Amino acid sequence: MISLLKIMLLLALVAGVLYLMYLIYRYCERTMVTLIHICGVSAIVFVFGIFFFIFREGAPFLLKDFDFGGFFLSDKWYPTSEENPRFGILALVAGTGSVTVLAMLFAVPFGLGTAVFISEFCGRKTKEALKILVEFLAAVPSVVWGFIGMMVMNPLIIKLADAPVGLNVLNAGIVVGLMAVPVIVSIAEDAIRAVPDEYRAAAEALGATRWQVVRKVIFPAAKSGLLAAVLLGVGRAVGETMAVLMATGQSINIPFDGNAPFFHPLQSVQTLTATIAAELGEAPSGGHHYQALFTLGIVLFAITFAINLVADLIVKGIRKGK
Amino acid sequence: MTTSMASSAELDAAPPAPAPAAPGAEAALPAAAPEPGPRVPEECGVLTRGFNLWYGDFQALVDVSACIKPRRITALIGPSGCGKTTLLRSFNRMNERFTGVRTSGEISILGKNILDPDVSLIELRKAVGMVFQRPNPLPLSIYENMVFGLRIHGGAGRASRAGERETVEKALREVFLWDAVKDRLGARATELQLEQQQKLCIARLLPLKPEILLMDEPCSALDAEATEAVEELLDGLRSRYTIVIVTHNMAQARRVSDDCLFMLSGRLVEQSPTAELFVNPRDKRTEEYIQGRYG
Repeated sequence: MISLLKIMLLLALVAGVLYLMYLIYRYCERTMVTLIHICGVSAIVFVFGIFFFIFREGAPFLLKDFDFGGFFLSDKWYPTSEENPRFGILALVAGTGSVTVLAMLFAVPFGLGTAVFISEFCGRKTKEALKILVEFLAAVPSVVWGFIGMMVMNPLIIKLADAPVGLNVLNAGIVVGLMAVPVIVSIAEDAIRAVPDEYRAAAEALGATRWQVVRKVIFPAAKSGLLAAVLLGVGRAVGETMAVLMATGQSINIPFDGNAPFFHPLQSVQTLTATIAAELGEAPSGGHHYQALFTLGIVLFAITFAINLVADLIVKGIRKGK
Repeated sequence: MTTSMASSAELDAAPPAPAPAAPGAEAALPAAAPEPGPRVPEECGVLTRGFNLWYGDFQALVDVSACIKPRRITALIGPSGCGKTTLLRSFNRMNERFTGVRTSGEISILGKNILDPDVSLIELRKAVGMVFQRPNPLPLSIYENMVFGLRIHGGAGRASRAGERETVEKALREVFLWDAVKDRLGARATELQLEQQQKLCIARLLPLKPEILLMDEPCSALDAEATEAVEELLDGLRSRYTIVIVTHNMAQARRVSDDCLFMLSGRLVEQSPTAELFVNPRDKRTEEYIQGRYG
């Protein structure tokens, strides 16, 4: 009975807020404009707010007895050691890097190919169907991708690659690659659609085949947008957490070494994101481990910020070059 | 003739392939039997016989039979929506870019029915160049625009770099553009003035040694001075190419063309030498149009 009362109260509250908004809309243009301004500015506030929050929690670690070499250049991540806790993130960065690179090896050709097929090669009905399906792919929760990594890819990799463990860089690379595909497809498709049809007509009238049109006209004309698509895909791969947590095997390892072939995708790794997700709950609040994890957050933030900045600069530079 | 279509020239002695039965064909003039085309097809750069074209259910061209003479400039005139651009785009099959286009009848170019299924679109478009209403240089450098055709047709491997440059220079000279751009061949073509862009669009066809040049209102985006410059250049090309030009501007048709095709509602009404058509039109409708009663 009490919960019903609560629900009714809540509904009344919502109705009240809506009615208030209606009144504001009805009677006060100025208020509405101000509200819209606030919404617009809020993005900036949120970005700085997030940065401030992460930095505040990680700052003590960064400012007090911070060991640059021991943090960035060491692969010894022993945050819970009783006598000698060490926080070397090199292996975690290598984990994130290797998963991202492998993911892009799958996602870039696959994503760009899909975008080209959707916008240049298929009929209208196929196009609509494919676009809906790609959007659907984007809507699959990342934990479900993690399931696929664990239940489908894992045994498959063990069987096909004769690996001791199927949860490794290869597994996470494929899963994250598939997750990045919809991002790449939708941005790249927009970029290709923005290429004026006159260009296609001109090339076709000169006798170009469809592939020649794509390679010699569409790609050069859409290159900034395609690059932005790829970089957003990279951002997606770097930031992905749940699926990599489930698919990488969570074992701190650097999958590179001096022995050929230098990169060992069948090794298990642990990424920056997965480390934060897995360990934050067990790290005592305010402790060294806790602060170190927030510092990992700062590193992640810096990486994604750099990727976005580079994407932006490239896009702007190319636009200026036109 | 450099294309593979030349080898099929003997085909034009054979009877025209039966037109693919198109649903809705009965809408096309049940009474009028297709006119027999002119007897000597060699005298036609482009020859159409009983050509019909539908956009979905709408019939845009009705039983068009025309002979466009080689090495002359032929103007397609008529009011908006009469099908002149559609007819022009049929000559290099650019209409096929749209969905729902069906055709029947025959279009012979270089003695070959270009609607036959074995015709290579790539070779056809190499032999039949097209200039569009709005200048549409590719977003590449001037030089790359000029060699685009050569390279996609596989000329790049064989032709030496110097040979390529020579071809580019020759083509740009033909359109009076060389002196203006010779020092900045690496500049983006889309940054040129509109007039220069349109000249470039004409020039980039020439390295492919086309037989026929199709021009779809090539001056409609240009000012008077640029129009004059383009018309002057057309005059220079007249003796070497079969040129078909769509124009809304009757004065332009009169100035540049040798022959005129007047079209109305998808039908070819009259085809005469320009001098004759404007002075002494045979058809009443032509007379009304050139007097400006409609269109």
